[in-house]
Amino acid sequence: MNINFTLFINMIFFVGFVWFCMKFVWPPIMAAIKERQDKIAEGLAASERSAKDLELAQAKAADMLRDAKTQSAEIVDSAKKRHAEIVDSAKDDARSEADKIKNGAMAEIDQEVNRAREQLRSKVATLAVAGAEKVIERNIDEAANNDLFDKLVKEL
Amino acid sequence: MASSENQTSVEYIKHHLQNLQVCKTDQGWVWNHCESAGFWTIHVDSLIVSFLLGALFCFGFWRVARNAKVENPGRWQSFVEMIFEFVDKSVKDTFHGKNPLIAPLALTIFVWIFLMNLMDLVPVDLLPWAASQAGVGYLKVVPTTDANITFSLSLGVFLLIIFYSIKVKGFGGFIGELTLHPFSSSNKFVQILLIPVNFLMESIGLLAKPVSLALRLFGNLYAGELIFILIAVLMSAGIGGFIGGGIAYMIWAIFHILVIVLQAFIFMMLTIVYLSMAHEDH
Repeated sequence: MNINFTLFINMIFFVGFVWFCMKFVWPPIMAAIKERQDKIAEGLAASERSAKDLELAQAKAADMLRDAKTQSAEIVDSAKKRHAEIVDSAKDDARSEADKIKNGAMAEIDQEVNRAREQLRSKVATLAVAGAEKVIERNIDEAANNDLFDKLVKEL
Repeated sequence: MASSENQTSVEYIKHHLQNLQVCKTDQGWVWNHCESAGFWTIHVDSLIVSFLLGALFCFGFWRVARNAKVENPGRWQSFVEMIFEFVDKSVKDTFHGKNPLIAPLALTIFVWIFLMNLMDLVPVDLLPWAASQAGVGYLKVVPTTDANITFSLSLGVFLLIIFYSIKVKGFGGFIGELTLHPFSSSNKFVQILLIPVNFLMESIGLLAKPVSLALRLFGNLYAGELIFILIAVLMSAGIGGFIGGGIAYMIWAIFHILVIVLQAFIFMMLTIVYLSMAHEDH
């Protein structure tokens, strides 16, 4: 353990290395570490914020969903009501239409019957005249008979 | 033991504890015959290894610093940052002032001393043997087993202690700290009588700081190195000695991994503590 000039040379090295470290090594690396720490802190804060946002959005979505459900239930109810109304009115319409058709048909039938009766009447008259003509033949005064037949036709 | 047959154990040990020296004598600068040279001797091996390791530290860390990435740091950068955060935390825990020197100083001390201590784990004979093949007679590869190196560090710290004591407290405050503590009295006469006593105690306390710093590191590493050398001697004693010595060498080396980190850490920590004390005003 003999102290000599070596000590002072190494002290110069020491000063040099410390100076170098202080000037060129420590500040940039520390700055990088600091920047990264800031970034991480920022990222964590942002994630926390977004988690909160997510929670809010979820609550909002649940609200909207509930609203939509009630709304849709209302719509379904009103649609059912409307459906029933439409069905009822259609039933009424159909009934009245059917009545109308039935009435028309009835009237037509009546007309047909009347017409047939008229035809029958006129045909019966000519038939009766023809029959009487055949039965009585020539000895009957046509004019007197015509009066008689007219009377008969009117009675029919 | 890279021994030749004509070397005894004592010679071997002495050889291993001998620095490669160059010194100024009456015949000019000579190599390795420096018993009479005294102060003007230079331990070339210690200085070269110390300088190379310090430069390695600076270069390795500077490469990270030059393109330090905020995102996606590489492996080496992560490792360096791990050391940075460790040192930074140690400094912030202890030193509560604002001084841009303390942290880089602590980092330099820690890594540099660690690297110098690490040379202890290189097999004792490897580098001296290589050097002898290259024609260099003596080589002591662990700079921290050289008291010059440890004292150069601790004296550097000592100068900083004095510098900051005076800078923070003023010259009068620094002298006051040396003379008015730990004993003080309200009586002026008694106070004057107490000044020499205080000065004696405080100056011993102040001087003990660099001496203890340097000697602690030197003592630990020198003893460790000596035990490595003794084990190496044991390994030359037959086949049994070789096996036993090998096992002992391994165990001591594993234990030494702890010692070298610990000593580097203690040196750094005490440096921070001393400088923090220098900054505190009473």
